[in-house]
Amino acid sequence: MTIESIQEEIVDEFSMFDDWMQRYEYMIELGKSLPLIDEQYKTNDNIIKGCQSKVWVHAELDTDKLVFTADSDAIITKGIIAILIRVFSNQRPQDIIDANTDFIDEIGLKEHLSPTRANGLVSMVKQLKLYAIAYQTQLN
Amino acid sequence: MIQTTLDIETIRKDFPILNREVNGKPLVYLDNAATSQTPQQVIDVIVDYYQNYNANIHRGVHSLSQEATDAYEAARIKIKKHYNIAKTHEVILTSGTTHSINLVANGFTSFVKEGDEILVSAMEHHSNIVPWQMLCERTGGVLKVIPMNQKGELVMEEFHALLSDKTKLVFCNHVSNALGTVNPIEEIIDASHKVSAAVLIDGAQAAPHIKADMQALDVDFYTVSAHKVCGPTGVGMLYGKEEWLNKLPPYQGGGEMIAEVTFEKTTYADLPHKFEAGTPNICGGIAFGAALDYMNSIGFEAIAQYEEELLQYATEQLLAIDGLKIYGTAKNKTSVISFNIDGIHPYDIGTILDKLGIAVRTGHHCAQPIMDFYKIPGTVRASFSFYNTKEEVDVLVEGVKRAKNMLL
Repeated sequence: MTIESIQEEIVDEFSMFDDWMQRYEYMIELGKSLPLIDEQYKTNDNIIKGCQSKVWVHAELDTDKLVFTADSDAIITKGIIAILIRVFSNQRPQDIIDANTDFIDEIGLKEHLSPTRANGLVSMVKQLKLYAIAYQTQLN
Repeated sequence: MIQTTLDIETIRKDFPILNREVNGKPLVYLDNAATSQTPQQVIDVIVDYYQNYNANIHRGVHSLSQEATDAYEAARIKIKKHYNIAKTHEVILTSGTTHSINLVANGFTSFVKEGDEILVSAMEHHSNIVPWQMLCERTGGVLKVIPMNQKGELVMEEFHALLSDKTKLVFCNHVSNALGTVNPIEEIIDASHKVSAAVLIDGAQAAPHIKADMQALDVDFYTVSAHKVCGPTGVGMLYGKEEWLNKLPPYQGGGEMIAEVTFEKTTYADLPHKFEAGTPNICGGIAFGAALDYMNSIGFEAIAQYEEELLQYATEQLLAIDGLKIYGTAKNKTSVISFNIDGIHPYDIGTILDKLGIAVRTGHHCAQPIMDFYKIPGTVRASFSFYNTKEEVDVLVEGVKRAKNMLL
């Protein structure tokens, strides 16, 4: 699936819920089902700066696609990174670089997070894109 | 059943913010240790100032300036009376506790030499750690930590063992913001004075619960922020003994803190103006006085008794939740409950509670060494004020249960 179609799918899923408690419950479920990062990658180097809870992200290239794994010590944060990984993992680095992230606003994620968590979300997106830039450079 | 002499329903009507909704739910405000809410009586004073006599103070010859000066200086006298301070000029109006501590820490640069020791309690928040670390970096002084036990009480035997003729300064909070512990400051002050060390007590968290008496305590410095006692942000007090304030050099240069300025030499103003450079938070200072009037009209004894009952009730209810652990179980504590639930990050609980309209603080509460001590990333902190109710505690407890069910 393309990044855009996955984003549309997520927007549709979130629109099914009536209120933000239900959306949080959904994010918590997503967090619980997130494939965990390999323990060896839970290093300080892989911690995303800007998150008040800890978030580790590891990226590796599988042929021409970038595969992300992640973990967090807070379950809602884990749900947020799970959504981002669903969008960006198994995609070509250039597509990740080019992708817009309007879906975050469409599902109201940023406005329903505390300012610190919203900053963390911005940091997570930035970090995933930085990985994509780094690997695209390698591919070139 | 909570028995109180306070008419809580009437008191709550003084606080317009308590009527608002958050995320579609009635606000339950339990972040009072961070800042307390402001009653209409104080809001009215702020509005009155800007509507009727907003002017710069001390230097103007016009009537508005005189009115503002009189109100500002009247506030200083109210603060003096509230804290039983001997002399009005021992009240320095600052922007708050952090400013007050930095003022003293900077002033001590010339009184600390290499190898001198400065004692700090293990339960300080960053504002009462970092300025002293900076002082040590400037002077070669050595920072030593008074340890605490698992209950969040200072180990006083260790404190006495640390005191020596090398000790120049001891600083400690009156009440811990992260744990609610009330520290034995009388013992700390007396013992420190026996080795001729000066003592600074950070009274920010004590201010809404305890009416401290500067003369009875015989403390050298004491700090308060107005926003912890139903006043505005950006204003506070540094109490200093006259002899110390006369010894300390000015912290900032500027208008009002001078006696005479020439390009060759400047002489400084007398206390308290020596430490009050520039235009102060005039309205804030006046409102600080009004806030103390308001708190005193309710009465600190009644406040303390009611908050103690709220604390006991909330503690019992929260501890009934399986897996919930309270950090800070000192025998003598104020109405702060810092807790975690096994397997759940405090941010997650705080986020769910916010969606339910419940305002609590989550994180390290600017006191990372305490979190390191307990080996936790942070806590959820519910802090109660005299305008909170037993029913609000029930909403909190139900919210925590719901959060636990969602998150585990």
